[in-house]
Amino acid sequence: MGRYLTTLRVFWIASLTAELEYQANFLIELVATAGNLLGSIFVLSLFYGRGQSLGGWSWEGALVVLGVYTLLEGVTSTLLQPNLSTIVAHVRTGSLDFVLLKPIDSQFWLSARTFSPWGLPGIALGAALIGYAAWKAGASPAPLTLLAAALMLIASLLILYSLWFVLAASSIWFVKIWNATEVLRSVLVAGRFPVSAFPAGLRAFFTFVVPVAFLTTVPAEAILGRATGPWLLAGGTVAAGSLVVSRWFWRFALGFYTSASS
Amino acid sequence: MAIVCAQGLGKTYRVADKQPGLANTLRHFVSRRERTIEAVREVSFSIEPGEFVGFLGANGAGKTTTLKMLTGLIHPTSGTVEVAGCLPHRRQAAFLGQITLVMGQKQQLIWDLPPLDSLRVNAAVYGIPPAESRRRIEELAEMLELGDELRRPVRKLSLGQRMKAELLAALLHRPAVLFLDEPTLGLDVNAQARVRSFLADYNRRFGATVLLTSHYMADITALCPRVLLIHEGRLFYDGGLETLTQRLAPCREVRLELHEPMGAGAFVSYGEVEAIQGREVRLLIPRERLTEQVGRLLADHAVVDLSISDPPIEDIIGRLFHQGALA
Repeated sequence: MGRYLTTLRVFWIASLTAELEYQANFLIELVATAGNLLGSIFVLSLFYGRGQSLGGWSWEGALVVLGVYTLLEGVTSTLLQPNLSTIVAHVRTGSLDFVLLKPIDSQFWLSARTFSPWGLPGIALGAALIGYAAWKAGASPAPLTLLAAALMLIASLLILYSLWFVLAASSIWFVKIWNATEVLRSVLVAGRFPVSAFPAGLRAFFTFVVPVAFLTTVPAEAILGRATGPWLLAGGTVAAGSLVVSRWFWRFALGFYTSASS
Repeated sequence: MAIVCAQGLGKTYRVADKQPGLANTLRHFVSRRERTIEAVREVSFSIEPGEFVGFLGANGAGKTTTLKMLTGLIHPTSGTVEVAGCLPHRRQAAFLGQITLVMGQKQQLIWDLPPLDSLRVNAAVYGIPPAESRRRIEELAEMLELGDELRRPVRKLSLGQRMKAELLAALLHRPAVLFLDEPTLGLDVNAQARVRSFLADYNRRFGATVLLTSHYMADITALCPRVLLIHEGRLFYDGGLETLTQRLAPCREVRLELHEPMGAGAFVSYGEVEAIQGREVRLLIPRERLTEQVGRLLADHAVVDLSISDPPIEDIIGRLFHQGALA
């Protein structure tokens, strides 16, 4: 375990060193994220402007969902995108060989190798929006609420990670899988709104097929102190299940890996 | 006791059987046809600790596939393999900590950062304490004649410097078994010589076992007392290099540039005429008569330029199998 922590520290210091060569990126990313967020708030305000509500959610509640979405986007740009997008390249060029020859879990290496600071503005803005909207909505910061919120946020991250990892890992068979992960990213955009805002068919799709509901709506419910036992349990189970499936899938896929021709 | 042991090793691949052209592509899209390729068949050998073994074969002979089975990157279809007392394809930490693979065409160093940063990553991954890793980096850098290069971004290094840094990264955990796949590929003659002398030095100093594949006969002759020769997936020769060179390359290649073009008939008495193109002549002359024949050539003809080399290993092996000498 200690070796993994040391390795993670070295990984992230190395990638920070490489990324910080480009300082302007930070400012550009901050402006882009803020612009994106303002746009989303504006779209949301159009729904609420005429006194309507979205799937039974208050304006503040919907803002919490948007905050969770922004936070997830930030984590995506910081960890998921930079790491998982390179799996495809590793398979194509055969440099996956070097990863597999290291005495360390290959899934850990592929998932944690890079840390890109450019998603940090998203994480900060998302957290700020969550805090502000939850306070406006009158959510109490009771320890149990905070615990449930933290657990559901972690569950949401694990689900997103596992989905993405499984898609990226299928590049072992279909080398050009990158388009598929782009499709995944576009589907996830649906997570900007509470899942109850969608028609029944889509709601079922976003809950059971691509679990968008567990990515933003369930954590937002937990933050607002409205999470019920069964939903928390379902969130935890889906997260643990996805993680186990992603690990199993990786081992299965490696069995087929024959590495690119020399 | 052998540190590398392969018994009846085999690997078959299924590959798509597709003809070129749009119509065939469509046909292939609708009904895929596959065929089986036997990349490696019934290969058996064993290597003792500290041995330096050359692994020869033409392109596509099955060298890299064998190396990948020995390092656990691919599962053998048949046979067994044991390296450092472990089954490679299980890829246990105890096994991976004892081996290394260097591939001339692939690199593990981080492109945008100095090699030292990649070395830090490797030290952490292999669990080498910082003080120990610094000591090893110093020692290996000295052996490789690397200095400031370790502090410059990899993308700014020459191919030779990069290869030396790759070797350092691959050897930081002090592996007992080295699998080297074309480590001198594309390097100029000086850089090749430096890498060669480093490998010999490393093998002596740490008693490491080395299995080396190379297209450059000079690498093999300088380093490997024993060679394995693989052809079309089968092991054809396992033994001393001396015996092999005498069997494989009893001749050396002499290239002449003449003052004016001449017919092939003028050169038959010196050796086997390989090719004549305009003013350029390529002859194969038996090693033991080389000096004498070159002397005669220079005396008899108006020679502008002359060079002597070992025929390319590909040619030697190709010709040999063509003649069926080893079959």
